[in-house]
Order: sequence, then C-alpha cells, then structure tokens
Amino acid sequence: MALHNEKVHDVNNEKYCRFERSGIKHIDYKNPDFLLKLINDNGKIMPRRITGTSLKYQRKVAQAIKRARHIAILPYTGDSMR
Amino acid sequence: MVRNYETVFIMTPVLSEEQKKSTVKKYTDFLKKSGAKIINEEDWGLKQLAYPIEKKNSGFYQLVEFEAEGTIVDKIETEFRRDETVIRFLVVKLDKHGVAYNAKRRKGELASQNVKNEEPVKA
Repeated sequence: MALHNEKVHDVNNEKYCRFERSGIKHIDYKNPDFLLKLINDNGKIMPRRITGTSLKYQRKVAQAIKRARHIAILPYTGDSMR
Repeated sequence: MVRNYETVFIMTPVLSEEQKKSTVKKYTDFLKKSGAKIINEEDWGLKQLAYPIEKKNSGFYQLVEFEAEGTIVDKIETEFRRDETVIRFLVVKLDKHGVAYNAKRRKGELASQNVKNEEPVKA
C-alpha cells in the first residue's frame, strides 16, 4: 500500500521523448505546423517537463523555433495562435 | 572543406515581378560565381509575416540550398546586408540529418512530419 505522499511510479502515462520514439532526427525550422505543437498559446517554447522531450532534442527544438521566429514564420509573442 | 548550407531570405513586397527575379538571380549568380553548387531553390512567394518587419506585413520568401566552402558565408551575408530589397535573411549550416531531411523533403516522402503516436501536448 503506497504511503500517503509517496510518488507512485505510474508506468503507463510516463512521459517520453516524441522525437526518439518516432525517430525524427532533424527538426525543420521552416514548417510552422510542426513547431506550433511545441509552443504554447502565447508563443513561448513549451518546457521539457510538460512535453517530456529529451535534452538533446529540446535544444534542437529551441534552436529551430528561434530561427523560425527570426524569419517571421513564428511570432515572438503571439496573442492568438492560429 | 565543402559544407551544405541553406539560406532563406525575405524580400520587401513592394517589388515588381522582374525586380524580384533579378534579385534572386543576383544571389544565385553570386553563389555560382564564387564556386558554390546550388542543390535546390524554392520560391515560397508572397507570405504573411508573423510580425511586421520594416512596417511591412508580407514579403517574398526565397529558399536556396547550396554546397560551398565556408568562406562564402561572410561574403553572401555582406551582400544581403548591402541589398535593401532583402529585409531579412538567414544562412544555416546543415548537418547530415539536415541534408537527409531536405533530400526526403524534396522527394515529398515526408507526409507532414507528423509523429506516429501524436497526442496533443497537455499544456
């Protein structure tokens, strides 16, 4: 019987890195619809603790998003995310 | 050391058609002249910008993917800076995954890079 505040190790809804599992190696900064999944509704990059991506791919995601913002594919602060 | 590069640049929307073509040609000729091998060119046409650049809300996007020596990047960037029809540019070095991705993208194999077990991220 788990103790009251013991963190139960719940296997089935464990977070996983979507990029490792699906074998995506390169995150393209040019297609917005893929990147829109990784930013929240006011344009900020989603943290790892929510998306569960590994550190290696989170850096690639962050770099791709910043490049997309530079060439105006993604807004820096989007109040309404299409 | 020959490396793969990819550049995206945005031209101001007030250009006429042939001005746009001549600008693009200027850069592709510049690349060819300084020994680059152009792999792919894409014209995304007039697109809305996510935020206004130089008081304009749209621009002509142009993508050029090429293979060249490293020294070429500085030259082409100074060309971009000098040219006032180009309002934004980005030159990116491609690693092997990037090159493979672009090759697949050209062949249209990537459906839409959707992840197999895609579920909405619980924000």
